[in-house]
Amino acid sequence: MKLEMKDTPGQLVAALRPISDVGGNIVAVIHQHDRASHADTLGVQIVLEIDELRIPELVSRLKETGVSIQRIGEERLVYKETVILIGHLMHTDIADTVDQIDRTGFAEITELNIVMPAVQERSSARLIVRAVSRDDMERALEILRAVSKEKELLLIEPLDGAA
Amino acid sequence: MRIVILGMGSVGRGVLASIMEKDLPFTVTGIADSKSGIVDPSGIDPGKVMTIKREKGICGNPGITPIDVVRQADYDVLVEVTTTNATTGEPATSHIREAIMRGRHVVTSNKGPLALHFRELKALAREHDVSLRYEATVAGAIPVMHTIENGLAGNRINAIYGVLNGTCNYILTRMAEEGLSYEQALIEARELGYAEADPTYDVKGIDAAIKVVILANTIWNMNVGLSDVEVTGIDLLTTAAIRLAEEQDCTIRLLGEAVPNKNLLRVSPRILPRDHPLVLNGTLNALTLSTDLAGDITLIGKGAGSKETASAIIGDILFIKRMYAGRA
Repeated sequence: MKLEMKDTPGQLVAALRPISDVGGNIVAVIHQHDRASHADTLGVQIVLEIDELRIPELVSRLKETGVSIQRIGEERLVYKETVILIGHLMHTDIADTVDQIDRTGFAEITELNIVMPAVQERSSARLIVRAVSRDDMERALEILRAVSKEKELLLIEPLDGAA
Repeated sequence: MRIVILGMGSVGRGVLASIMEKDLPFTVTGIADSKSGIVDPSGIDPGKVMTIKREKGICGNPGITPIDVVRQADYDVLVEVTTTNATTGEPATSHIREAIMRGRHVVTSNKGPLALHFRELKALAREHDVSLRYEATVAGAIPVMHTIENGLAGNRINAIYGVLNGTCNYILTRMAEEGLSYEQALIEARELGYAEADPTYDVKGIDAAIKVVILANTIWNMNVGLSDVEVTGIDLLTTAAIRLAEEQDCTIRLLGEAVPNKNLLRVSPRILPRDHPLVLNGTLNALTLSTDLAGDITLIGKGAGSKETASAIIGDILFIKRMYAGRA
C-alpha cells in the first residue's frame, strides 16, 4: 500500500504501529522524499502480509492517526516456487494433479510446461506453484509429495523450498 | 611414526606414493592387500612394494592376511583403506576393532564401518584412549571433519547441504551441458573411470546417503543409519527435466541434506539456481555448513582420486602425530 503522511518526527512509526496491532507482517518499507510534491508530506510504500478480512480495520486505524492512504494494491499469491515432475504424467491425469493444488484455495499452479518425448516414455513437466504464505507453500508441496508418491511420479523440489 | 596400511587400491597406493615423494615422517611397518601381507619392524620401502604389486598383482606373502598384519606388526597408526562394503562393513570393521583394542590409532577411508558401527567404534576408541579419524570418508580431499572439529569449534551447526557424489554430479553436468540422456552420460562416466561397472551404489544415492549418515552422527552425535535417510537417486531423471530447469536459469543436482530441527535426512535431486554455490561442474564435491556464528561456509574440492584421498589420510595421521606428541 502507498501512504502519505506528515513529514514530522514520529509519523512513520505512528503509521506502522496499527499494522502490527491488527496482526499484519511488514515485509518492506520504502521511504521516498519526493521533492516535487508537497514539501511537508512524506510518501511511503509499505509491503505487508495481512489477512484480507483485517484490511478495513487497518484502513480505519490508519485514518485515525492522520495518515492518508493513496493506494492499496493487492497480490494474494506472493510465494512462488518451481518444481519438476517426471513420469507418466498424462496417464496419471495431470489435470487432477494440478487440481489438487488449485482447489486448496491457498495455492495454485500458475504455469505448466510439459515435454512428452514419445507415447510410452516418461514425460517431464515444470510447474510453477504460487501460494499465499510460506506455510501454505509448504502445505502445497506436501500435497504434491503425496500425489507424486501415489501416482509414482518423481518430484524434484527446489533446494530453498520450505522443505 | 610407524604405520600399517591395509588396502593397496587407489587410496593405499596414493598414500605410499605421497610418503615417497614428500619424505613424510612415517615408517611403514606393515602392508596388506586382500591376498597377501608383509610385516617388517625395520620399515618397508614403499617404492619396492609398489613395484612388486604392479608386477605380481600382490604386495607380499600370500600366507599373511590383513588381520595377521593388524595383530602382529609393530605400529602406532592403522591406515584402513580397503574397499567399502556398505552392507556388512567387513572385513574393515574387524581390522579397526582389533587395532583399537591393541591400543592403536586408526585412520580410515572406509565408509562401511563408520556408517554401520559409528557409536560402537567411537566408544571403543575412547575406552582405549586412541583416535579414530575418518576425514577421507566424506568428500575426499575436502577437510570437512577438520573444519567442523577445529575451524568451526564453538559454532552450532544447524544444517548441512552437499554435493557428496562426484559420479552423479558428473552425469548431471553432462546431461545439462550436452543434452545427453542419462544412459549416455553414464556410459561416458564409466569410460572415464568415474563410475563403477555396477553404478547402483552411486546413482541411486546410496553413497551420498552414507556420507549424510557419517556427517549427522559426527556433527550432532546422532545414532542414525542408512535406513533413516530418505533417498532418491538420479537414475530416473530425464534430459527434458534438466532442460526445463535450465530454461529458468536453474539446473538439477543430487544433494544430501541434514536438518535436525526439521528431522530431515535426505538425498534427492533438487532444482538450484545455476549461480548457486553448490552448482559445480564435473566430479567436484561441495558441502555447505549452516552455522550460528560463522553463517554459511561452503567447501569445494575433489571428492575422489588417489592423491586427493591420500591427502585426507595423511592429514589425519599428521594430526594424530601432533596431538599425541610428547605422550608415551
